[in-house]
Amino acid sequence: MAQHKVNYTQDGGLPVALTSIDKIVNWGRSNSLWAMTYGLACCGIEMMAAGASRYDFDRFGTIFRASPRQSDVMIVAGTLTKKHAEFIKRLYDQMTEPRWVISMGSCANTGGMFNTYATVQGVDRIIPVDLYLPGCAPRPETLQYGVMLLQKKIRANKAGNAQKAKRLM
Amino acid sequence: MRAYKPKDNVQAKPYYTDRYYVAPQVPKQDVASDEVFAADLEAIKAKFEVKEAYIQVGQMVIYINPHDIYSVLELMRDELEYTQLSEMSAIDWIAKSNQFEIFYQMLSMTKRKRIRVKYFIQNGQAVDSVEKLFRSADWAEREMYDMFGIEANGHPFMKRILMPYDWQGHPLLKTYPLQGDEFAAWYEVDKIYGKEARDIIGPELRDTARVDRYDSERFARLGFEVPKGTEITGDEQPHTESYQEEGGVFLIKKFDKESSTVIDDPQR
Repeated sequence: MAQHKVNYTQDGGLPVALTSIDKIVNWGRSNSLWAMTYGLACCGIEMMAAGASRYDFDRFGTIFRASPRQSDVMIVAGTLTKKHAEFIKRLYDQMTEPRWVISMGSCANTGGMFNTYATVQGVDRIIPVDLYLPGCAPRPETLQYGVMLLQKKIRANKAGNAQKAKRLM
Repeated sequence: MRAYKPKDNVQAKPYYTDRYYVAPQVPKQDVASDEVFAADLEAIKAKFEVKEAYIQVGQMVIYINPHDIYSVLELMRDELEYTQLSEMSAIDWIAKSNQFEIFYQMLSMTKRKRIRVKYFIQNGQAVDSVEKLFRSADWAEREMYDMFGIEANGHPFMKRILMPYDWQGHPLLKTYPLQGDEFAAWYEVDKIYGKEARDIIGPELRDTARVDRYDSERFARLGFEVPKGTEITGDEQPHTESYQEEGGVFLIKKFDKESSTVIDDPQR
């Protein structure tokens, strides 16, 4: 039998950290932002690039999930058509709270160049949006920066209090 | 060139008359100038009435009667080797003559020739489906119904294909406004939240150049954004966004530019 002797007072201290509930909960939430795969158009390609090895979202704990039940943040990447509007609302409702939405690119923000009868003029007409990323399409760096800003926003929350449910109306 | 017309009040004019450039006509050649087309035309003329036929840009165009379409395409497919229906749709001539022009683009891989079969129908009239002859006509006829409102008799599933099933209006009609009518403008709000939500959500913002300095979150003034619901006084302090809090983050190592190495060699 090997003899283990760890001198906690000498080798970097006890394996214990003192913190507050807020900080530990927000640390967990902000560093495991599982994103719902929601590539609707060309922005989806940039979103995939951000998830792939060069930009590597896994470093931030952002892992793309194919199910709304498992995801915390919905990255709406691309043009939302009016035909699809009811489904994005349904999928948003299926996500568990707390949940966040990133509107990625001009089309998701305002309808963009699709000033037509068939395009929803901004996803915030359907679901509440936390972060708007400008660009057509935004580069993966922009999406990474956006996720970091969202992490910062989550850390600013009081995790102990029940989060006020976000409603459009 | 199209004749000059004064354009002081373009908005007051009908949507479809002065809006688009009317292309000059491409020169037409006689069918006799191409022996393959001439033989095809003879075969069709032997059984059906052909109102007009000419060659344009190397393709033959024939005009037939609406009720002949199924038989003509069957003849072309089975006997003349035009085995593919590349596409079919309609052209809106309602403003000019209250008619739709229906076209079928046929391709022969063996002869390496294309023939466009055309006919006119009155507005409100239905066409005969050719879905039994060409499977490609299945979706094409559904799209024609979706975009123009022209129904195809005998089609197995005459429903919309691009727009939602509960959509009203046919978007490719020249009278249909590009940005949608009243129904289209409120479609998603009515469907998801109900008509009573119109006042709360508000109309669509279609002016992309609109800048509102006093919008609720001050998106129009970058660096002066405020959280939702904040009272805007007009003397907000500018702030710069950083990706991390100043004091660092619990359990997260902050990126330190001094202690990191930048690799300049792109071939590393």
